[in-house]
Amino acid sequence: MTSPTRTTARIGDPLNRVDGVAKVTGQARYAAEHPVEGLLYGWVVSSGITKGRIVRIHDEGARALPEVVEVMTHTNRPQLPPFDHSYTDAVSVPGSPFRALYDEKALFNGQPIAVVIAGTLETARYAASLIDVEYESESHNTDFAVALTSQFVPNDKRSTFEPPQSRGDAHAAYDAAPLKVAADFHVPAYYHNPMEMHASTVVWEGNGRITVYDKTQGPQNVQAYLAAVFGFSPEHVRVKNPYVGGAFGSGLRPQYQVYLATLAAKMLERSVRVVLTRQQMFSHVHRPETVQTVALATDTSGRLQAIINDAATSTSRFEDYMETVCDWGLMNYACENASAKYTIARVDTYTSGDMRAPGAATGMTLFELAVDEMAYAASVDPLQFRLINYSDKNAMDGTPFTSKALREACAQGAEKFGWSRRTPAPRSMRDGRELVGWGVATGIWDALFEKTSAHAKLLPNGDLEVATAASDIGTGTYTVMAQVAADTLGLPIEKVTATLGDSALPKSTVEGGSKLAASAGAAVQHVCRGVAEKLLVAADQLEGQPLGGARMEDVTFAQGRIALKSDATRSISFGDAMSAAGLDTIEVEDSPAWHSGGSSQTRKSRNTHNAIFAEVKVDEELCVVRVTRIVIAVAAGRIINPKTARSQILGGVVMGIGMALHEETATDHRLGRVMNHNFAEYHIPAHADIQDIEVIFVDEPDPEVTPLGVKGVGEIGIVGTAAAVVNAIYHATGKRVHSLPVTIDKLLV
Amino acid sequence: MNRFSYVRAAGVAEAVREGSARQVRFLAGGTNLVDLMKENVERPQRLVDINRLPLHKIDDLEGGGLRLGALVTNADTAYDPRVERRYPLLASAILAGASPQLRNAATNGGNLNQRTRCYYFYDPATACNKRQPGSGCGAIGGVNRIHAILGASDQCIATHPSDMCVALAALDAQVRVTGPDADRVIAFSEYHRLPGDQPWRDNDLRPGELVTAIDLPAEDFSSHYTYLKLRDRLSYAFALVSVAVAMRLDGERITEVRVALGGVAHKPWRSPVAESGLAGEKASQANFLAAAHVLTEGAVGQGGNDFKIELARRAIVRALKQAANGTPQSQTDKRVF
Repeated sequence: MTSPTRTTARIGDPLNRVDGVAKVTGQARYAAEHPVEGLLYGWVVSSGITKGRIVRIHDEGARALPEVVEVMTHTNRPQLPPFDHSYTDAVSVPGSPFRALYDEKALFNGQPIAVVIAGTLETARYAASLIDVEYESESHNTDFAVALTSQFVPNDKRSTFEPPQSRGDAHAAYDAAPLKVAADFHVPAYYHNPMEMHASTVVWEGNGRITVYDKTQGPQNVQAYLAAVFGFSPEHVRVKNPYVGGAFGSGLRPQYQVYLATLAAKMLERSVRVVLTRQQMFSHVHRPETVQTVALATDTSGRLQAIINDAATSTSRFEDYMETVCDWGLMNYACENASAKYTIARVDTYTSGDMRAPGAATGMTLFELAVDEMAYAASVDPLQFRLINYSDKNAMDGTPFTSKALREACAQGAEKFGWSRRTPAPRSMRDGRELVGWGVATGIWDALFEKTSAHAKLLPNGDLEVATAASDIGTGTYTVMAQVAADTLGLPIEKVTATLGDSALPKSTVEGGSKLAASAGAAVQHVCRGVAEKLLVAADQLEGQPLGGARMEDVTFAQGRIALKSDATRSISFGDAMSAAGLDTIEVEDSPAWHSGGSSQTRKSRNTHNAIFAEVKVDEELCVVRVTRIVIAVAAGRIINPKTARSQILGGVVMGIGMALHEETATDHRLGRVMNHNFAEYHIPAHADIQDIEVIFVDEPDPEVTPLGVKGVGEIGIVGTAAAVVNAIYHATGKRVHSLPVTIDKLLV
Repeated sequence: MNRFSYVRAAGVAEAVREGSARQVRFLAGGTNLVDLMKENVERPQRLVDINRLPLHKIDDLEGGGLRLGALVTNADTAYDPRVERRYPLLASAILAGASPQLRNAATNGGNLNQRTRCYYFYDPATACNKRQPGSGCGAIGGVNRIHAILGASDQCIATHPSDMCVALAALDAQVRVTGPDADRVIAFSEYHRLPGDQPWRDNDLRPGELVTAIDLPAEDFSSHYTYLKLRDRLSYAFALVSVAVAMRLDGERITEVRVALGGVAHKPWRSPVAESGLAGEKASQANFLAAAHVLTEGAVGQGGNDFKIELARRAIVRALKQAANGTPQSQTDKRVF
């Protein structure tokens, strides 16, 4: 029987997800779905106050239930290390990391204060409802507007954070310029709310060993954290996350459920699972609330004379989360005078953290609202305004970009959208009863690269396995890893198995910052090239040397064979080469050198860019807004898989539409409590809110940026999208809204 | 969720008998009750499953009306050809609510008896007079974007979340109820209550009483009607303001009109004065605006929902226009007509 001819998978092919069938048939197991014998279930009891002291936890009712194994609180928990350094992780921020059940202090509303552990989930949940907690409350503040009165610049900054760089004299230039705009902009806090709730299954293996199935974006980060906190030796902690149901950054740092499940497992020496509820998903990390003052000035032709961009973001009382908010506009626009100031302010919540394009999704979006206002003040078409003030280099630090095809993105996006047919005056376009608005914005994000290791193993039949401890959080990492491997060794995609999501695999960075495709992709290509080199050496062992001692540059790898470029009839199958050398397998484990592919990490700026065009239709009387069309043109270097990449951009755009129109955390500041903590009332776009979205990938060859020329696409789709929509709402209605989301009430006035 | 016992009633009499005990809830579609149990808002000691009761039919009534069984699903009701033809306002309102999955499970009786979506009612860590009498109202002075502007009390500013009920109010439906004492028929306008000083009572049902059917009178509003729902996204959100209009016209003159508002009060809101004021008048912008002002007379904002007063007025005017023009709001095309 012959198998059908399969073609070599190539980088750039729009392949289907290799894990798609497993996901849609329920074969893909997530953190809370791994069966374990004798498993106990933990139900988290959350604090009903915001700040103060737990006086007493009345758990007699819960303990009276025979199936309840334990009620774990700060009074009976196993011993924990006393110093902060034990609780830090690879991506933690300066301060004192939260320790659940450590002591009697309540630091934020919804804080986990007890875990009821029982033989069934239902019993644990019921028993939790019987627990009564006595508190001693202290005054708190969750209102960011109030907190801003004591905003500050922390001395200790997170290692990846660099303050924005000012240039020239922006305030003098602003004062002297003929045309200017200034406004305060605001976004609320956003909760990541991936589809999959945060969950951990801790398997007690005995002999001081645990295996943890965790919802995380970095299994090795969780491994190191659990080892440090709970006193395991690192090799005795194995963390697996083969499938992750979205995360958007909420799984970058070890989340409190994995801490609680491990603490309970250690206390009881049993396997324990803890799954948070949707309500509890509003009790931990979130995108910070942000205010931004943007002042811009131009000459009479619309050339920027001054940029002033000050921002403040929220953090907790116990850690100083900072993100890059102010830089993006200063980088992207040519202007001799620019100043930026970035501060943080404390509220009594959990620490804010990275969420999809942290700092840029808010900072660049709000900046792009101001740019639109400036363009109108200068009577320049908003797209033209961006081209007039285009900067070919990073305007903030003067370094060249490895590539910046934003001009092409603007041109291709505008052409597809039909921007030239736009009439500039607000309220000048109509469709029946509805006002029509066309808005534009641009976006920018980092193209990061981090050293990553991978393993490759080839069998004589051409089956190839590649592995790295990276995480696929739904972005398509399995697929693009398999694709890069298949491309390198000239195999059909079906011959490649990618293995991810296991701390025991070769070291990988956490999945965040849109760097995984570039970083893990380079590692996979590197080890697959290593396999190819070994294959070629093996081929030389074959009697008669059919390839004539050819070197790597003389041969191609395709269809499971090595062939001479000069004479394709002279070829050897992988299997023949391996058997000639007496090899059962060829294995390589390594990481590519930091500077491979001619990259120079320090001297150039590495960024993705986009241009977004939005059409809205607004009912004039009722202020109902519909986003009828989006065109987004993305310049993100080489695209490994246009299909999965497009899905990432679509997801980012949908999230951006949610920022523009829907998403908002509603806190009762008297209580310090998020009140819309469920999906009925915390609104994200429904299907009806999403119409046509067209994604264009602009050709942007960039051999310098990363070894594969890949820049990453996980985040660039959200940056600026809300600005395009809100600018379109202005064009439709003539109304400027400075505080997102633009809900009906804000247009009604 | 607390522990509870469960019984499946074989017939109406058994259900009523079981349902008369304290701390018992009837279980039909469960789309609201089960959620509330998971949140520890509802903590029944016993559930009486009524899904086997013979209340699953839609029957023609003598004289041209329609009887909707209490256990017919919202989806089956909305897509019933008789409902679509004779009561398109009702079909439209049902399809404006929830999601297809929920409408497939939720029943007509359950729709009437669903509880408010007030954030504080749903969160046992906060005060709520409806959930825990005497504990206070967290929504007053709190987060109250979705709360009532009409008919609220100083003890409760919750709204009734149903879309279907707004149409039923406009259609002058009747609720058929059975119970330990006798069968009753309750006019729709009398079925739901205002919160007053007993906000825990959503409706006029007495202990043990069970909704068996909803009767629709034989009146024809199929030419001039609309259900216009405004919300914070284009689907799958509860109404900020919704308007059901049933109208009859003689040329340009209105012979009869009913207007019911949703999302603004503890019950679907009607104003006999506004309706009778429009009768005999021209279907004009000025008259519609005047009616809108009468309908929202006495409206009071709570801070977060002040905008709903103006929004309600504009929505009433637009809905009256839609009905007069014979261009009812589509529930699939989200453009407002």
